[in-house]
Amino acid sequence: MTSKQNRSKLFVPEPPYRPGDTPDFSHIKIPAEHSPSRPDPMIDAYGTQEQATGLIRVLKLDGTPCGDWDPKLDADTLREGLRHMMLTRCVDERMFSMQRQGKMSFYMKSTGEEAIAVASAMALRPTDMVFPTYRQQGILMARGWPLKELMCQCLSNAGDKLEGRSIPVLYSVRELGFFSISGNLGTQMIQAAGWGMACAYKGTDDIAVAFTGEGATAEGDFYYALNFASTYRAPVILNVVNNQWAISSFQGIAAGQSKSFAARGLAFGLASLRVDGNDFLAVYAAIKWATERARNGGGATVIEHFTYRKEGHSTSDDPTKYRPKSEPDVWPFGDPIDRLASHLVTLGEWDKERHDALHTELTAQVRESYKEAEALGTLASPSKIDPASMFEEVFEDLPAHLRRQRQEMGI
Amino acid sequence: MARMNMIEAIRSALDVKLSQDPDVLIFGEDVGYFGGVFRCTAGLQEKHGLTRVFDTPISEGGIIGAAVGMAAYGLRPVVEIQFSDYIYPGYDQICSEAARLRYRSAGQFTAPLTIRTPVGGGIHGGQTHSQSPEALFTHIAGLKTIIPSNPYDAKGLLIKAIEDNDPVLFLEPKRLYNGLFDGDHNKPAVSWAGHELGEVPEGHYTVNFEKARLLEQGTDLTIIAYGTMVWVAQAAAKAAGINADILDLRSLIPLDLESITKSVNKTGRCLVLHEATRTSGFGAELIAEIQQHCFYALEAPIVRVTGWDTPYPHALEWEYFPGIERVQTAIQTIMEA
Repeated sequence: MTSKQNRSKLFVPEPPYRPGDTPDFSHIKIPAEHSPSRPDPMIDAYGTQEQATGLIRVLKLDGTPCGDWDPKLDADTLREGLRHMMLTRCVDERMFSMQRQGKMSFYMKSTGEEAIAVASAMALRPTDMVFPTYRQQGILMARGWPLKELMCQCLSNAGDKLEGRSIPVLYSVRELGFFSISGNLGTQMIQAAGWGMACAYKGTDDIAVAFTGEGATAEGDFYYALNFASTYRAPVILNVVNNQWAISSFQGIAAGQSKSFAARGLAFGLASLRVDGNDFLAVYAAIKWATERARNGGGATVIEHFTYRKEGHSTSDDPTKYRPKSEPDVWPFGDPIDRLASHLVTLGEWDKERHDALHTELTAQVRESYKEAEALGTLASPSKIDPASMFEEVFEDLPAHLRRQRQEMGI
Repeated sequence: MARMNMIEAIRSALDVKLSQDPDVLIFGEDVGYFGGVFRCTAGLQEKHGLTRVFDTPISEGGIIGAAVGMAAYGLRPVVEIQFSDYIYPGYDQICSEAARLRYRSAGQFTAPLTIRTPVGGGIHGGQTHSQSPEALFTHIAGLKTIIPSNPYDAKGLLIKAIEDNDPVLFLEPKRLYNGLFDGDHNKPAVSWAGHELGEVPEGHYTVNFEKARLLEQGTDLTIIAYGTMVWVAQAAAKAAGINADILDLRSLIPLDLESITKSVNKTGRCLVLHEATRTSGFGAELIAEIQQHCFYALEAPIVRVTGWDTPYPHALEWEYFPGIERVQTAIQTIMEA
């Protein structure tokens, strides 16, 4: 009898906790005082190893800042960031409940991840094109898109500038530097690299900024982007929002044995940072660092934003079916809105009264905007979108076969 | 006018556009210093510079994805996929991104890129250097699919493709690159130098997508073909001794249905040819349209001659290729029906 030589066993990773378990994240060491230091943005990419594997932080959980990444923003800017984040959450709440009432087919909240979108947008120039996923609506708040337009897109009504062609949240707002969101995940990473290459070719000062969830880093497009960005030194920031969950699959399914998504950038010779994504100031500082590097000809940066998706993936899934109900509450990195608010409080620039008043103001604003949007119809009401528009913009000009098909429809 | 083979005509089109428009960029595997495995970009990097014509990683998804981003920005990338057999890693970027961008953004973003890629067999390329994947692309809304059969059309259609504001897939029948090939592999390809369609203007001109080329005029039969099969059709019709309308489609999407139906309504008989595999091939689309629009004029069932529904075999290349004999047999079947 021959002895078994190969000791490999097929290993399928599972998250530490499933429904019914009591989640305990005390093993995650939160670096209370320590953050990897802030190197010169033009540092050799391989010099960012500590930043790619540690966790860059500014705000401690009690709201006091630490380390050298603090962007030292003035109080007005901090309050502006807080406002955009709170508005994002307000809009999410409203749209989620409207979906539950049957006004729209679908919605996706970004609860717990607001700092990533809002701080990024505030650290960028308005002319920097972002290639977002469906969970960076905070960028649109920060860049001042009228809420009514956002809501009309979700309602697929007569006010939807995208003519009801896409499901809710797949926005496109060119005038605000917000690229058309694809429903196919990961594809926009390499497109952003191409956009950045075009900026460099044309000699403009602009850069491209892409986002993906950690789950879609498994797509080839992510590695195409790393490769092209590195080869052609494209001015692009490649953001990975690691919110721990890709619908029902925990981050270990995409990560494998790797402990850092940011570290993937190092393999391609790209500067890489791993950031506390619930820390508004850390996200802001990291993006600013990467913009400085890109605009100085240093090329791309990969940034992992370590965060947690507090709600379901979308209105179509129930997260308690695949993770413990209490997991979002015991996740040890706090809430990005609470953390920035506490910081402002410690600075003496914020208090509970102002916080409550702002919340009331934003809730009213969202309610008013929604009323105006719904007046233009919902998915449930008879569509006011011209059926002939279905055939438009497939091509620049209507070709003969589409004209015949439109005629076949009787229009 | 100059005498050009198809490679020279394509290179000339690229040269004209690089010279005219600083937003035209060319990239792909081995297209830079080396000038491409089929030499279509030879000398262009030296003439126009490293940032206008450059090599890429072996990454078709990356090439096309980056081109989508550049095109959305406002450039006019012209990318080469070395063999169409390699295009599949870029399929998602073509179908879900380039072809959809204008529609899903209601015109805010567009993808005016051109994807050049050699198609077809007859060069001992086996399964991975011989495919004709056009039907996988004509099925995609928002994408134009072009396939020239001669140097004159190749240059004019390619310039048109680069200037077009929609994404264009530009398929180059590689067996025609160096000369006219009529399917008889026992004789050498006929140089384009002696052919009227090898006479190519040196400067700028375009050939419109909307119009098929009526290569031969006849009353007995309509033969519809594109790419290499146009010349096989011509040789087979001659061998069969019939006078056929031979329509070279040049563009599959958009399709010149008017010329097709006009001809079939005149002749009452129709043969459809392509080198690609048969089932769900573009021929099926053509035949569906023809039977709907010409049913009462038809005097015989429409026949198609295509590649077999097998991978392209290396050793049995000529048994696979729909050559003169098979086309001639089909002509006889239709004429006797």
